[in-house]
Amino acid sequence: MDLRKIEESVFKFLMLTSVVCVVGSLLFILGTVFIKGWHALSLDMLVKTPQGGYYLGKEGGILNAITGSIVLGIGATLFALVLSLPLAVYLNLYLRKNSRRAFIMRFFLDVLWGIPSIVYGAFGFTVMIFFKLQASLLAAIITVGLLILPIMARSMDEVLKTIPFELTEASFAMGATRLETAMQVVLKQVLGGLVTAVLISFGRGIGDAASVLFTASFTDSLPYSLFKPVATLPLAIFFQLGTPFPEVQERGYAAALVLAILILAVSIAGRLISGKFTRHVLR
Amino acid sequence: MNTPARPHIMTEHLTVHYGRQRVLQDISLAIPDRQITAIIGPSGCGKTTLLKSFNRLIELQENVRVSGKVLVDGENIFDPQIDVTRLRKKMGLLLQRPQVLPMSIFDNVAYGRRIHGCKNRRLLGEIVEKYLTMAGLWDEVRDRLHGPASQLSIGQQQRLCLARALAVEPEIILCDEPTSALDPASTQHIEQIFMELKKDYTIVIVTHILRQARRLADHVLFLYLGELVEHGPAHRIFDTPQQARTRDYILGIIS
Ligand SMILES: Nc1ncnc2c1ncn2[C@@H]1O[C@H](COP(=O)(O)OP(=O)(O)OP(=O)(O)O)[C@@H](O)[C@H]1O
Ligand SMILES: [Mg+2]
Repeated sequence: MDLRKIEESVFKFLMLTSVVCVVGSLLFILGTVFIKGWHALSLDMLVKTPQGGYYLGKEGGILNAITGSIVLGIGATLFALVLSLPLAVYLNLYLRKNSRRAFIMRFFLDVLWGIPSIVYGAFGFTVMIFFKLQASLLAAIITVGLLILPIMARSMDEVLKTIPFELTEASFAMGATRLETAMQVVLKQVLGGLVTAVLISFGRGIGDAASVLFTASFTDSLPYSLFKPVATLPLAIFFQLGTPFPEVQERGYAAALVLAILILAVSIAGRLISGKFTRHVLR
Repeated sequence: MNTPARPHIMTEHLTVHYGRQRVLQDISLAIPDRQITAIIGPSGCGKTTLLKSFNRLIELQENVRVSGKVLVDGENIFDPQIDVTRLRKKMGLLLQRPQVLPMSIFDNVAYGRRIHGCKNRRLLGEIVEKYLTMAGLWDEVRDRLHGPASQLSIGQQQRLCLARALAVEPEIILCDEPTSALDPASTQHIEQIFMELKKDYTIVIVTHILRQARRLADHVLFLYLGELVEHGPAHRIFDTPQQARTRDYILGIIS
């Protein structure tokens, strides 16, 4: 066998190994959660809030955390979206490719991306104390929003970078402004990619425990006010897995299953919706 | 009403640098109205740069520096007071590779008019039909106006780009090697359309195909290494060039 064929088969082997690792670990995680949790999954769990003694294995469910996480996830995603989209458009359509300002902004976003979420949580907590606020849905929305902002902004930025120069040039040549070009041409071309960026950020935000530990706190009631504490699925999982009772731990896995299904459902829905708008996309 | 003596486009001592490299050097010229002007010259001599200077698209390039003047209808377009969207509305642009927009055929043609304020659906429909007809595309696409533009053939896409440019009602059409990505039949089709259009439009066409320049041009500019070597009526440039470099280029000795 000559060298090129060996090269080819070595690389094929490496690629197959990584495919197996990625798919395998994903299935392994989902499988574990499913096997450990599905016994405890019941209708009661999805439609009831914790009753007295729930964390000791008695009556109730985690509707408080499900609704809390959905409200918090949507709020934080919207908050991050309102800041990310203009930022990404600014970086790509208003600044030049080798602009210093763009370089610095991307650098900051990358650093922010790398900061652990517990630090965001601690930061949010410090700010709350400074303003004498208690843990609340609003504080959590802002903290989680800031946590996912760099993820969303940089993902959108990478998506917008794929726009061919000729496309924006063609729009400018007709006398379009930058804003018109961005909103009416560029966004149409990359809508699918932007939706993916939003979904990734949503998934990251709704699943994070550390940032909401101090800022959202926890409660047994449904979310009813921006200024009151709110329950979240990651913390519900955390508390239940932390108890010494096997039947409560099982409920923790069931809650993890609910969270995974929730994220999956949102991703699929997002893909289906954005698929409807890709008819005219240039390839 | 323009005074007939003043053409739409003139340049005075136009010089363009990319970084430290000078790509256009002291170009002064006038583009005659309602004729086809061909810009010819070897690859890299600055033809595209000159064309994109006319509507300030050159400013989108990195590290570009422009000095001198480009006068469009008597106004220096590099004057900070100039509204660049209005300037670009006066000029349709056709590039080497047709670049359709990610929308339907209808919306591609209507796009320019929409951004310039036309909202009336019926009027837009008439405009789309009129300019698709003018670009020789109407019969081929009338049944799929709302289908994606990206599914057209390259030749059809180039005619769509022409219709899109015409729909903004420019006075000038700028083309950068508009047929170099097209097959002979589509090329001929586009050339025929240009011959029609020159009754009403001032057309500037960059081409490296000398035969195309001979077929189309009334007026020729010959650029060599960023310099305007010679310009004048097409028959004079082709039959009795004054400069040795022009003659050599036309005979195919330099390229
Ligand atoms: N964005 C840019 N940055 C730096 N240099 C550039 C840029 N664009 C063009 N140039 C250089 O400027 C010179 C003129 O380029 P231009 O594209 O105007 O030539 P052209 O006559 O259109 O060539 P062709 O016939 O190959 O299209 C070339 O030497 C080219 O390398
Ligand atoms: Mg060129």
